[in-house]
Amino acid sequence: MAVVTLEKVVKRYGPLDVVHGIDLDIAHGEFVVLVGPSGCGKSTTLRMIAGLEDISDGTIRIGDRVVNDLPPRDRNVSMVFQNYALYPHMNVAENLGFSLKIANRPKDEITQRVAEAAGILGLDDLMDRLPGQLSGGQRQRVAMGRAIVRHPDVFLFDEPLSNLDAKLRTQMRTEIKKLHQKVKTTVIYVTHDQIEAMTLADRMVIMRGGQIEQVGSPMDIFHNPANLFVAQFIGSPPMNLADGVVTDAKTVRLENGMELPLTADMAGRVAAGTAVVMGIRAEEMVFEGHGDAGAQSTRVDITASLSEPLGNESLVFFEFCGREWVCRMFDPRPVEPGESLGVHLNMDRVHLFDKTTEIRL
Amino acid sequence: MKRKILSPPVLLLLPAMIIIVAVILLPLLLSLYTSFTPFKLTRPDTFYRFIGLRNYERLFTDVYFWAAFGRTFVVLTIALNVEMMLGLGLALLVNRAIAGQRTLRTIMMFPMMFSPILVGFQFKFLFNDNIGLVNNALQSLGIAQAIPWLVDEYLALFAILTAEIWSSTSIFAILILAGLMAIPRDPIEAAKVDGCTVWQTFRHITLPYLMPFMFIAMTIRSLDIARAYDIVQIMTAGGPARRTELLWTLISRTGYVDANMGLANAMAYISIFLSIFFTWYFFRKLMAARRYMGGAQ
Repeated sequence: MAVVTLEKVVKRYGPLDVVHGIDLDIAHGEFVVLVGPSGCGKSTTLRMIAGLEDISDGTIRIGDRVVNDLPPRDRNVSMVFQNYALYPHMNVAENLGFSLKIANRPKDEITQRVAEAAGILGLDDLMDRLPGQLSGGQRQRVAMGRAIVRHPDVFLFDEPLSNLDAKLRTQMRTEIKKLHQKVKTTVIYVTHDQIEAMTLADRMVIMRGGQIEQVGSPMDIFHNPANLFVAQFIGSPPMNLADGVVTDAKTVRLENGMELPLTADMAGRVAAGTAVVMGIRAEEMVFEGHGDAGAQSTRVDITASLSEPLGNESLVFFEFCGREWVCRMFDPRPVEPGESLGVHLNMDRVHLFDKTTEIRL
Repeated sequence: MKRKILSPPVLLLLPAMIIIVAVILLPLLLSLYTSFTPFKLTRPDTFYRFIGLRNYERLFTDVYFWAAFGRTFVVLTIALNVEMMLGLGLALLVNRAIAGQRTLRTIMMFPMMFSPILVGFQFKFLFNDNIGLVNNALQSLGIAQAIPWLVDEYLALFAILTAEIWSSTSIFAILILAGLMAIPRDPIEAAKVDGCTVWQTFRHITLPYLMPFMFIAMTIRSLDIARAYDIVQIMTAGGPARRTELLWTLISRTGYVDANMGLANAMAYISIFLSIFFTWYFFRKLMAARRYMGGAQ
């Protein structure tokens, strides 16, 4: 059983704190994704769990062992690196079996476990090749195979798909998910790609500036972002925002003077006079004649500046309240730049964030 | 229209070809020819007397020549191995230095900045049995008897090797350090996570990465040592009584002192095989090591 627990974990480089005391409990068999922009401390956190970076303060537990001072080899974790980190002078079979050979396992066992991992990942035909003779996707599979053969307590993935092209990345993403369903081991996965995070995670950990901003299931975080940062970071295209103030009349008055009615529930929660940032996702707005935005909708007139047809839908860009907004047009028709359109905003799905604290209200 | 005698590519390469023929090919053929004559510098007419393989026949039974040949081989082997081990150690140490690594690198290269002749003089002085620092130091430690460093056969070779190793270990260190700095961090970290101890990581990951660099250094140095002349000439001049005679001290004496240029050239052509053997051997190893490391990232 491998529960991973982080307690007030700090990473310090000289006077500079890169990770500011984070707490995190990861259950056995859980797939947790650490996601955030570059420099947010997610990789450092993962490397501390692996034992490749010292822990400046706090405690990391794997199972019931405190591993702070254990070298990586005593932690029984496997890691998959962004650059695959295969051993270039060993063929695929040797790469896969290396950790077992080092651990002095009997030959039969090594052969059997290597074959088992190769079977899971479809590497059987490549066993005699050197890493230099493999494609990116194959190398990535070997790297994963090398992690599997050890039967570790925890899998650590450090941006494993960043070096692959878009199509392969999607394919490998699915394979990682399937792999996790097969081996059911705890996985901690680091990425800066929020789509990867959304699709893979049982639970997502959103990090920024060495701190955890929010922990939750992908859908929970998508629908209930804790603050403005999370709201903007998660979701593609990013959430549309506009500055405004909540008025006595249960409306929000935007910077361009437009007043939008708030739902009773929202108006009850936010005091009048609060300076807010209003946010709404591209899919919570509906173009007139292209669907229904629900009972609580309100109509706005806009001038399209650009449209990106994606086939099943188009993304229509326009300026609103001094910011660029984007809205999905379902069942699309051609939209010319400069064309005037009516958009219905589903006010039931509008988020308000406090302008100073950036926390969701 | 002018008739074209030579095509443009040949025409353009012609100056280079002429120079190569003049400075390399002609002397080479000339020296090869003289090795089939009893050519003596003092008697120009001997240049035209062709005696076939007689010089070579004579050399195959020449004890002194083969002793020098064998000695050169042994010196080469010992020097290469010791220099490589020391250079590897030095490179690993310098690579671990967190501060002042540039300074250390520069200091490490000091021995390379001295002419081998000067190194020879310096070590000749150090190992002098009367006034040398080594005997002086041993004496202050209570060893009363003066040790004849440059007279005894084995001690003299030891002294020469010391000078050679002192001056050239840094070549290995610099090249291996370059290799160490080029090693990607990921495979080493992967090995750590895979359960390797520090020694296992070095043995299975770092060392294979360094092999190409080591073989390059070996190739360069094997050629260097196989033609070793200056340090030996200064320290012992191949003596006393030919006890430290290496190939090139013997060849140069035969050619210039005894004026037997024909015989000397025959010796040189045989000894070239030693160099060719080492170069071929290390290049084969290098190619094997590089096959793995190429294009793996």
